[in-house]
Amino acid sequence: MINKLWIFFIVTGGLFLIINGKADILNTQILSSGKTTLDLIIQIFPLLAIWLGIMNIAKKSGLLDKASKLISPILSKIFPEIPKGHESLGLISSNIIANLFGLGNAATPFGLKAMESLQKLNKQKDTASRSMITFLVINTCGVTLVPTTIISLRMMHDSTDPTSIVIPCIIVTFISLFIGLIIDRIFARRYK
Amino acid sequence: MKLLSNLFIPVLVLTVIIYGAKKKINVYDSFVEGAKESLPMILNMFPPLLAMIFGINIFTSSGIIDEIFQFLKPIFYLVNVPLEVLPIAVMRPLSGSFGLALLNDIYTLHGADHYLSILASIIQGSSDTTLYIITLYFGTIGIKKIKYALWAGLLADLVTVILSLIIVPLFF
Repeated sequence: MINKLWIFFIVTGGLFLIINGKADILNTQILSSGKTTLDLIIQIFPLLAIWLGIMNIAKKSGLLDKASKLISPILSKIFPEIPKGHESLGLISSNIIANLFGLGNAATPFGLKAMESLQKLNKQKDTASRSMITFLVINTCGVTLVPTTIISLRMMHDSTDPTSIVIPCIIVTFISLFIGLIIDRIFARRYK
Repeated sequence: MKLLSNLFIPVLVLTVIIYGAKKKINVYDSFVEGAKESLPMILNMFPPLLAMIFGINIFTSSGIIDEIFQFLKPIFYLVNVPLEVLPIAVMRPLSGSFGLALLNDIYTLHGADHYLSILASIIQGSSDTTLYIITLYFGTIGIKKIKYALWAGLLADLVTVILSLIIVPLFF
């Protein structure tokens, strides 16, 4: 999918420029995209480092575990198919908490383990179970409290108030999570 | 509300550090150790982001988007949706790097504090790469029939876009 899109973007864009006699623009774009990317990465790097540092403190002190325990009662309502006390609930809450605090990379291993654990409960091994899809919807909603990459990007472009987007982002992400879960329930009923 | 946005991160950071101190862990070492993890992350981030910026810059600088979207314009103005955020709304579920590259594009064009930039930021910040997550998670455990997973995920993304269009004007 991404592969085809990439080819499409470059071939159509490139041909369009050449046909319109703007090969010089194409030339500049080819030569300059490396520097554009590097500028972006250099801007994202420091804030990411600070954030991962802070969050490692939260991990080591047990604050993240505490937060995970806090949300597990809600989770058993969202995942009615998972038996109480099953290991997958703990993994799911760790994944959500890690995402919540902007630790995308730390969240992925928890997410994968949670999926493996859900697979153990799954009766048809090649077909997605209801709980798996619910978990997936939660992840695709991108529930996060601090969008560090976007804040970095805003700083790079000299925003007067880089963190002004934080609260609106939280509001949007949580309402869309809520609606996403309702959509998931409706689908789950229809597919029964 | 602006104050709340500005206080959010400082309060979170202080809470984490004070809690760490209370639990008597080595807060300093933990910070350094965590910050170290950013190096491999950044290194992994560079190649895909480069690929996306490379592709997107060629595509957007060609002016082809304007040609394609020209005829869509009246429809979008009718429902009060700024056309400029459409690419990011469409591409966000497909690739995170793609979305980020587009966001960078919008910032460069309009400035970071422009209404469109904020709208695009919130669309990017409030959702995730649905396609990647489905491929990664289901691929790893060998699920072949994903049932309604893609539709549910994409519909949730659409909800995010619609909500952003409703909520952002309330703030900015």
